[in-house]
Amino acid sequence: MEPLDPVDSPVAQEEPPAFVSPGDPFLAPGHSYASVTRDISGTVLRKTQRGWWIGFAVAISLFLVLNFGITLLFAIGVGEFGINIPVGWAFAITNFVWWIGIGHAGTLISAFLLLMRQKWRTSINRFAEAMTIFAVMCAGMFPFVHMGRPWLFYWLFPYPDTMGVWPQFRSPLVWDVFAVSTYFTISLLFWYVGLLPDFATFRDRAKHKAGKLIYGFFSMGWRGSARHWKRHEVCSLLLAGLATPLVVSVHTVVSFDFTIAIVPGWHSTIFPPYFVAGAIYSGFAMVIMLAIPLRKWYQLEDYITIRHLNNMGKLLLATGMIVAYSYVMEAFMALYSADKFEHSMIVDRFFGGGYGVVGWILLSCNLFIPMTTLWSHRIRTSTVGLFIVATFAQCGMWLERFVIIVQSLHRDFTPSSWGMFYPTPTDWMILFGSLGLFLTLFYLFARLLPSISIFELRHLVHRTAEEAGVIEAVEAE
Amino acid sequence: MAKRPIYGVMAEFNTTKDVLHAARRAREEGYRRMDAYSPFPVEGLSEAIGFPHSRLPVITLIGGLIGCFGGFFLQYYPNVMGFPLDIGGKPFDSWPAFIPITFELTILCAGISTVVGMIWLNKLPTPYHPVFNVPRFQLASQDRFFLCIQSKDPQFEIDAVVRFLKDLNPREVNVVPV
Repeated sequence: MEPLDPVDSPVAQEEPPAFVSPGDPFLAPGHSYASVTRDISGTVLRKTQRGWWIGFAVAISLFLVLNFGITLLFAIGVGEFGINIPVGWAFAITNFVWWIGIGHAGTLISAFLLLMRQKWRTSINRFAEAMTIFAVMCAGMFPFVHMGRPWLFYWLFPYPDTMGVWPQFRSPLVWDVFAVSTYFTISLLFWYVGLLPDFATFRDRAKHKAGKLIYGFFSMGWRGSARHWKRHEVCSLLLAGLATPLVVSVHTVVSFDFTIAIVPGWHSTIFPPYFVAGAIYSGFAMVIMLAIPLRKWYQLEDYITIRHLNNMGKLLLATGMIVAYSYVMEAFMALYSADKFEHSMIVDRFFGGGYGVVGWILLSCNLFIPMTTLWSHRIRTSTVGLFIVATFAQCGMWLERFVIIVQSLHRDFTPSSWGMFYPTPTDWMILFGSLGLFLTLFYLFARLLPSISIFELRHLVHRTAEEAGVIEAVEAE
Repeated sequence: MAKRPIYGVMAEFNTTKDVLHAARRAREEGYRRMDAYSPFPVEGLSEAIGFPHSRLPVITLIGGLIGCFGGFFLQYYPNVMGFPLDIGGKPFDSWPAFIPITFELTILCAGISTVVGMIWLNKLPTPYHPVFNVPRFQLASQDRFFLCIQSKDPQFEIDAVVRFLKDLNPREVNVVPV
C-alpha cells in the first residue's frame, strides 16, 4: 500500500500559526492547533513501521494460543479446565472479573474526570476508552467459553421462546448479562462519539483514496458546525453522567455473583465497594502499563507528560489504599462475625496449606510493593519504576480474584467435600491468550485510530494559551 | 444566462476571536441563516450564531424513562403474569430483585437515545454538503475557523454579504456553490 503521507495535503504548515501555546504541566510548550493535528494524525497516516509489525506479530501469536485453547475446550468440553467439585469456578471466572475490572479505569477517566472538568484527562482518555472496550471484550468471552454448552448462550437473554420460559431475573448471573452488555454498548458509543470529529480530521488529511473513503464513511460527514459541536458537547456530558453510575453498578453486580451465595469468603456486604475500588486500581495499573510504552514508541512525550504519570501513580496509590482497607475489614469482619466457617476461611486464606502462599504473594504484589513505593515522587515520575509497580499491582489484582474465587470454594462447610484446584495447560493458554486478544486489538487501534483525542488537544492548546494570556479570552454573552 | 445557484458566502478566519466577532457582527447586521465551523468546540460560538440550546436532554430523558419502565415490565410480566412460579410462597412481585436490570436498561436506553438523538439532530450522516466545495474547507477539521452566511437568508444579497464579510478581518472570502 502507498504511504498515507499527510505532508503534502493542504494543511496549515504552509503558514506560521497565529499563536503557540506556552505549555502547561499537561502539555509541552510550543504547540499550535496545526502541530497537534499533525503529530497525532502522523502516528496513523504514514507507512506502517517495522516496530509495529514486530509487536503485532507477538500479539497475534498469543492470540493464536487463545484460539488453540478454545478449540480444545470446545472440542473436548469444560473438563479441559482444571475445574471440578468443589472448585467449579476457577480461571475463567477469575479472568472475567479481572478483565472487566481493568475496563473500569477507562470509563472513570473518560466520564468521571470529564464531569470534574479535569484537563489532564484530555491526552489519556482516548486510549483508556479503547482499553475499556477491549478489556470488556476479553471479559465477555470468559462466561461464554465457561458454559458447558456455549451454543445455547442466547438462553440468557429474555426472548419469547416456544417453551414459555424466561431467564431467572432474580439471579445475579442474569444481572451480569445486562450489566456487562450495557457497559460494552455505552463504552462503545461514548468512544465513537469522541472519535467522530477525529475521523473527519483523518478524512481531510488522508492522502490515500481508501483512507479518505473509510475515514470519511465513519466521520458521517462531520463538518465541525457550531450547532454540531453544541449537540456533541451536550451528548458527551450526558453520556458521562450516565456512564459514571454505570461503571459503579457493573462491578457491584459482578460482586453480587459472589456475595449472594452463602460460601464463606463470598458472603460479605463489603464486596460491592471493595470490588469497584479493586477494579479501578487494576484499571489504572493497566492505563499506566499502556501509556508508558505508547508515549515512548509514538514519541508522545509532549502530550502524555511526566505529570500525567505522576497523577496516575497517585490515583493508583489512593485506590490501592481503599483496597488495603477492604482487606483489613474483610479479615476483621470474618473474625468479628463469631462464625466458625468464616474464621477458618480467613485463617486458611493466609496460613492454609492449599493457597496460603498465593495469599501472601497477593498481599506483596497488591499492598506491600505499591503501598511502600508509590509514596515516592521519584518512583511516580520514573517511567521504568512506575511501569514495574503497575505490573506488580496488575498481577496482584489477578491473584486477588483468584484467591477470592478458588480459595473460598476449595473449603466449604463439610471437610469431606474439600478439594484442591490445579490449573491445566488449557487454563494457562486461555489466560495468556486473552492477553494476546487484548494486545492484538490494541495494536490495531494504535495503527488505525488516533490514540489521543485530536480535537480535545486543540481545545487544550486554546485553553492553555488563554490561561497564560497569549490570546485574549473572549467574554461570553 | 441563469445565475449559478449558490449555497452561501464563506469567510475563513485564523482565530477564535475573529470568528466569534464575525458571527456576532453578522447577527447584529440582521443575518439569521448562517453557520460557523471550527476544529474544536469554541465557547460562545453556537450562541453567537443563534443556537443557544439543544433539545438533546429531552431525548435522553424519554429514552431513560422507556428503559426504566420497559425494563421493569420485562421482569414483572413473566414473574407475575406470564409464568408465575410459586417457590415456597415467596412473592411473585419481588421488586427489589428487579432493580439492577431496571437500572441497567435505563442507562442503556438513555445512552443509545442520546447518541442516536445527537446524530439525528445533526442530520448525520451527510454524504454531500456544499461547504466542502470550498477547497480550504478541509482545514475546518484542522486549524481554521469558518463562517458561512447562507443564501436562504431573507436578507441575503451576494455583493453586500461579500463586502460585509471582507470587513471582518478574514483570511479569504469564497462563494460556496451548491
